[in-house]
Amino acid sequence: MTKTPLQFRLNGAEKAVFTEGGQNLLDVLRREVGDFAPKYGCGQGACGVCTVLVDGEPRLSCLTLAETVQGQAVETTSGLADGPELHVLQTAFMEHFAAQCGFCTPGMLMAAKALLDTNPTPSRDDVVEAISGNICRCTGYEPIIDAILDAAHNRRRSA
Amino acid sequence: MTIAVRTFSQLNEAASAIASDRDAAFFGGGTLIMRGINEGHAHISAIVRTTDAEFRAIRTAGSNFEIGAGATMSDVLANRELSFLHEAARAVGGPAIRNMATVGGNLFARSPYGDFTAALLALDARVAAAGSSGGRETPLADLLRDRERNGHGVISHVSVPRPAGGAEMRFVKVSRVKPKGVSVITIAAYLPLSGSRVQGARIAYGAMAPTPVRVAAVEQALEGKTLDASGVAQALAVATDGTSPASDPIASEWYRREVAPVHLKRLLLGQPA
Ligand SMILES: Cc1cc2nc3c(=O)[nH]c(=O)nc-3n(C[C@H](O)[C@H](O)[C@H](O)COP(=O)(O)OP(=O)(O)OC[C@H]3O[C@@H](n4cnc5c(N)ncnc54)[C@H](O)[C@@H]3O)c2cc1C
Ligand code: FES
Ligand code: FES
Repeated sequence: MTKTPLQFRLNGAEKAVFTEGGQNLLDVLRREVGDFAPKYGCGQGACGVCTVLVDGEPRLSCLTLAETVQGQAVETTSGLADGPELHVLQTAFMEHFAAQCGFCTPGMLMAAKALLDTNPTPSRDDVVEAISGNICRCTGYEPIIDAILDAAHNRRRSA
Repeated sequence: MTIAVRTFSQLNEAASAIASDRDAAFFGGGTLIMRGINEGHAHISAIVRTTDAEFRAIRTAGSNFEIGAGATMSDVLANRELSFLHEAARAVGGPAIRNMATVGGNLFARSPYGDFTAALLALDARVAAAGSSGGRETPLADLLRDRERNGHGVISHVSVPRPAGGAEMRFVKVSRVKPKGVSVITIAAYLPLSGSRVQGARIAYGAMAPTPVRVAAVEQALEGKTLDASGVAQALAVATDGTSPASDPIASEWYRREVAPVHLKRLLLGQPA
């Protein structure tokens, strides 16, 4: 069995693990690193619950070959809060009841973070586009869209 | 079974490595390869990839754009000069998929995928393979015709002629899932106009055959015509000539044939999709 050493930054902390050939990033995060925030939904790229940021860009970790993030910065929902201080998106999701069962939430939050980091003043259409690869079976999307718009607004106000 | 991952800093090295290993797959963005691995039906022993920056570059060469096969849909969208390809790039998946999906991988994506490739066909793009025959460009349509035969090697770049002044590029992807879904039919139309008359149109469909295809009958029927109801009537009558759509969970063959003229009409007349 070939094991390949892999180093990357996860939410600011250096990680060094061994990956097996063909292993995807989601598997590495959950099994080798123990970050259970990104979820395994479909493994096909269809649901978006495994969304993480790689060098600031949203990626589906289930379709990302682990080796490709060598030396790069990976962000997951585990790194959003600053100690007890929630991220502005997390607070907005809470206030808008944007999480029901919560399974889609880690992916939604990362897709939303990628949007707000590059576009501080998104339109409703921008938000819909940003989460178009993420499926939610509970909320009907409206609370999620409202939460993201509100978070953008709050972040601008506090900036 | 584990899969060996072989990473090369030069595209040519990766191309030679793959040429000597029948069970290896060349890795673009991996959206389809990784899905195959996750589903357990990727019968490959090795993945060959390259970190060559050239492979991802987009440059202008005379009146052509050379798009590295390793460029992602997001790379295309970030390039302002390629605005005539933006609608097609945006039609591929959601934002995360577009950060991964490459132009090269799209050439090999099975129907109903291949939305970007349909646009490339309408633009009369040519493709070049890495390695010994390097640099020699062949028509994209030839690659698509033979692509299941595997003799194509690694594609290094796609060469796209700059659209002529006065020519219009129109694109529509019809999907039943909003805002993002798989294609029922994708239509790309390159429409050079001489006065108000069409001269040398190129029309390509996605999801209407095993690969994206040009529709010669429609192109001929549009020659010298104006883009109004009577001008496009003949083209609509032959809208599905030469196509062989599949029945899949998205749409039946019958449905695809029925709606093809409807969407072609809207596109040609500039009506909302
Ligand atoms: C959730 C989801 C949604 C999608 N939505 C769309 C969509 O809307 N429209 C669409 O068109 N596609 C869609 N796709 C399919 C796919 O993501 C795209 O077609 C993409 O462009 C494929 O590129 P890739 O780099 O990821 O391919 P890879 O998975 O890397 O490769 C695919 C195939 O192409 C071969 N290949 C890759 N690059 C080269 C090269 N340079 N030379 C020779 N062979 C090469 C590989 O060996 C492999 O056989 C979707 C996929 C998923 C998972
Ligand atoms: S688990 Fe990755 S998209 Fe569903
Ligand atoms: S809250 Fe249950 S899937 Fe979105």
